[in-house]
Amino acid sequence: MSDQLDQMIARVRKGAMTRREFVGRTTAMGISAGLAGALFTKAAHAEEPKKGGILRAGVAGGESTNSLDPALAASDVPYMINRTWGETLVDVDANGAVEMRIAEEVSSNADATEWKFKIRAGVEYHGGGTVTADDVVATLKRHTDEKSQSGALGIVQGISEMSAEGDMVTLKMVSANADLPFLIADYHLAIQPGGGVDNPAAGNGTGAYKIISSEPGVITTFERFANYWDSSRGHADGVEILTINDDTARTAAIQSGQVHMINRVDPKIVALLAGNTDVAVEQVGGPGHYVFIMHCDKAPFDNNDLRMALKMAINRQELVDKVLGGYGSRGNDFPINGSYPLFDDSIPQREYDAAAASDFYKKSGHDGSPIILQVAPGAFPGAVDAANLFAASANAAGIPLQIKLEPDDGYWANVWNVAPFCASYWGGRPVQDQMYTTAYLSTAEWNDTKFKNAKFDELLLAAKGELDAAKRKGIYSEMAHILRDEGGLICPMFNDWVEGRRAEVGGWIAEPAGTLMNGTALNKCWLNA
Amino acid sequence: MHPVLKLVVQRIALGLLLLLAVSAVIFLGVEALPGDTAQAILGQSATPVALENLRAEMGLDRPPLERYLSWLGGVLTGDLGTALSNKADIAQSISTRLGNTLFLAAAAAVIAVPLAILLGLVAARYVGGWPDKLISGVTLTTISLPEFVAAYFVIFLLTQVFPIFQPVSMVLPGMGFWGKLQAIALPVIVLVMVVLAHMMRMTRAAILNVMQSAYVETAELKGLSPMQVVWRHALPNAVAPVVSVVMLNLAYLVVGVVVVEVVFSYNALGKYLVDHVTKRDLPVVQAVGLIFAAVYIFLNVAADIIAIVANPRLRHPK
Repeated sequence: MSDQLDQMIARVRKGAMTRREFVGRTTAMGISAGLAGALFTKAAHAEEPKKGGILRAGVAGGESTNSLDPALAASDVPYMINRTWGETLVDVDANGAVEMRIAEEVSSNADATEWKFKIRAGVEYHGGGTVTADDVVATLKRHTDEKSQSGALGIVQGISEMSAEGDMVTLKMVSANADLPFLIADYHLAIQPGGGVDNPAAGNGTGAYKIISSEPGVITTFERFANYWDSSRGHADGVEILTINDDTARTAAIQSGQVHMINRVDPKIVALLAGNTDVAVEQVGGPGHYVFIMHCDKAPFDNNDLRMALKMAINRQELVDKVLGGYGSRGNDFPINGSYPLFDDSIPQREYDAAAASDFYKKSGHDGSPIILQVAPGAFPGAVDAANLFAASANAAGIPLQIKLEPDDGYWANVWNVAPFCASYWGGRPVQDQMYTTAYLSTAEWNDTKFKNAKFDELLLAAKGELDAAKRKGIYSEMAHILRDEGGLICPMFNDWVEGRRAEVGGWIAEPAGTLMNGTALNKCWLNA
Repeated sequence: MHPVLKLVVQRIALGLLLLLAVSAVIFLGVEALPGDTAQAILGQSATPVALENLRAEMGLDRPPLERYLSWLGGVLTGDLGTALSNKADIAQSISTRLGNTLFLAAAAAVIAVPLAILLGLVAARYVGGWPDKLISGVTLTTISLPEFVAAYFVIFLLTQVFPIFQPVSMVLPGMGFWGKLQAIALPVIVLVMVVLAHMMRMTRAAILNVMQSAYVETAELKGLSPMQVVWRHALPNAVAPVVSVVMLNLAYLVVGVVVVEVVFSYNALGKYLVDHVTKRDLPVVQAVGLIFAAVYIFLNVAADIIAIVANPRLRHPK
């Protein structure tokens, strides 16, 4: 009966069933007419988006050095701004599936070396004109130019040839890539008129909201774009993105109602917010992870027994509990978790084992001199605490791990990718292939663990062209095992997105692909007040 | 030439020379920081090729002296250039932020300066009595709190316990004068708390110093009331040290309030400068550094001149 009821509620929500019909059929199921009426109201209300109002987000991670050029976006505020005025060919939805946006159809040839995107007709730019296949090609081309400094360079470099014909865009790949639609969903690749070549920072796109004013590092204001093509998004009359980097000010702003949603709620204060009925804390596990990375080609980390000793010597559960305040999950020394498609959850979880760590350490023949872990507070939130916990558990296993504190300023230039053992983070990628290709392929530019393994590379290339999901999953599982047991990555934890939402904000759903509902919170939510 | 005028001209010329020296020091300082703009922008995503491309595009591959001279040439011809990090026009970015900085500083000064002097006078009048102890106790407590603690305290009290104000002090172009004043109420309260004690204590000390002199005794013997003695005879002679402390505090309100700006998300020069220092964005750091140095030098020159004008012995040198 409850299945039947759920189905009916779903139909009400879609507007496919009237009140009379609903009450009639539910009373036939033995539910009183009064209750049925209340249920109807609740069902209809729960999902009925309200129009109007100004929806405000208080977002940490913005500076006065930010630009509106989508190629340059690298932190949360520009990310959110891009996702609000701009739109990509496709998106990754809440279930990790590809969702059509500016493209209305995607198809590939049998070996995934050629992809076709059919461009939706009548998608308008805020500045006038509609999206053409030529615009799409010009946009992708701009990001392939090194001068654009695009954050999506690594993605578009895999495309060897782009062409537009009518409403069809054809992309030929350098090598097979079964995941291309996921990669093309990257937020840097918002479609711009003429590819944005003339004025990349114009902020002129096809999103649900149009920029009224933008002051980098302060506030960007938007109004609803009247000619937006998708009526299921863009409910508020206007939206605003306020840069509030200070944790206390951001929290105070949502408590006082100055903003309706915030990112990066500090796990330490979640318990304090719990007493506030006006604010809900939203939590969703994502692909982001905090790491300690060892260079596999530098002594003493060129010794796999030593690497294994360090991997066994870290207490992951303690780190999740103390550093993430429980808002996260344990890592398993490869950069993939359940938020990725084709994840193999049967790979055994690595546990803290002082005896095994001690055995590996003895086997490595290390001379007992201090092993230096370089860390800065900004390597990831709580990095110094995490490093200290790691050192304590390693010392308990007889491993002479020592912390060297580095300043935040210049950390990514002078320590990361330079020092043989340091703390770092990864935001994660939408698909396994991209994560591995970015950082673990022998030839990858961001191979920050200097991991070179021929078998691993071979498997990665094989997976790229494999369209059979079950077989790919098997290949990825094998790669995960190699990295876990031989790699230079110590991945103790995956961090959740922990965010705040005012009670009057409707339409919030858990989206693991990115912060604030994968950047679409302002497009999809509405104000009930 | 009148000696005072000559002095003013001398001071201004010296100030300009100092500015030039400051610009060289800032340049050297930023050069000495580890990493450069290209590395700071690319951060964790830096690769050798990307770094090289970015450096070439920004002109960072040219020798430092050449870059400094070309920047100096630009400034002398009124062109501050564009930011390396986001290619925004620096003069334009600075103008609104400078306005906001001055607005906040002025609002805080308008309350803090008269209040501090008044409290100083009252404390000096009742020296050793309970008003003196109360005033000194309260102001010394507020100056001893680090700014961010004072700011969080004010946020907690006035937005959570008594929800009177908004915790985020964004000042936007469309806001009216009163709207802006309301938006900056919290940072103004914090800044007043921070600068009050210094000026108050200096007023009190200067007045007490003058109160020892013979002419004050004469005034007392004439039968003037204590407040009249302080107001008519002690204060004019205590102006010089008070003015120099007031100027120091005004300078602080303009150049030193970055912590308050960050806590209240107030869009002003301090935060703008810090953002660009972390990106090693030299043209912006230079421009803002020069403005800050100019403010300091101007206020110090002003303090000297006021001290001279207020003091007959300096006004008519022998």
